[in-house]
Amino acid sequence: MLSQASAETYYQSYAVVLAVLAAGVLLVGVAFLAARLIAPHRPLPAKLTTYECGIDPVGQGWSQSQVRYYIYGFLFVIFDVEAVFLFPWARIFERLGYQAVVEMGIFIGILAVGLLYAWRKGVLKWV
Amino acid sequence: MTGQEYAFVVLALVGTVGAVRLVTAKNVVHAALYLVVTLAMVGSIYLVLGAEFVGWVQILIYVGAIVILFLFGLMLTKAPIGRESLDNQQRGLALLVALAVLAGLVFLIQDAFHWGDRKMNLVHNTTGEVGRSIFQHYVLPFEAVSFILLAALIGAVVLARREERE
Repeated sequence: MLSQASAETYYQSYAVVLAVLAAGVLLVGVAFLAARLIAPHRPLPAKLTTYECGIDPVGQGWSQSQVRYYIYGFLFVIFDVEAVFLFPWARIFERLGYQAVVEMGIFIGILAVGLLYAWRKGVLKWV
Repeated sequence: MTGQEYAFVVLALVGTVGAVRLVTAKNVVHAALYLVVTLAMVGSIYLVLGAEFVGWVQILIYVGAIVILFLFGLMLTKAPIGRESLDNQQRGLALLVALAVLAGLVFLIQDAFHWGDRKMNLVHNTTGEVGRSIFQHYVLPFEAVSFILLAALIGAVVLARREERE
């Protein structure tokens, strides 16, 4: 466990996070409850159809998407992992100076090669 | 019980309920959303234990990114939704594997920590300490990570392009 005093401040700082989280949940809950209580409820078949930009819905709810969209999810994961390493790097940056810059430069440079490859192969074009 | 222990019990209970719902959900998309609950609770348990960096990485990477990847993967499938199509009739084997994993984990954890109430000194500034060990002592493995990510990225590009041509 952490030492007593620092543990105290640690958990107190997370009490704020918890309070924000609770306020957010409460806000959404109250909004939904108020909508249910206040809004008139007169369902018609036409009202209950799935909204598809005002056009009659076609086919099933589940449709298979193209594999090319997977690459965007994958790119997001890869650069998310990269971004996570920036946090400890930022903490150590001042102490290490140029050494840290070079280390992170190599890391980001190698990933940039991957991004360049994806770009050159044309998978980044949204169609 | 201390406040920490109460927090742990609540988080563990919510996480367990999420995990049970995850494997019993009839809709695979709902299962992926229950995975969010379980992973977020695991991350919160790390936070309660004082492992701040690992906790937030868990939430950022697993809740934020891996679940996105799962949902993208589900969108690629023609998954029919329903219990029959999701159940592959291997419950006995699954139970056996689950029990083996549980036994292995219990053995390893009690071997490492013993049953006693052993207090450990954790580092205070975890993010800074992680940074120091990565950027001072483990620079080479850190750079190797970028090559693994690069390989994964190129693999994904190649697969996406090949699928498209077909």
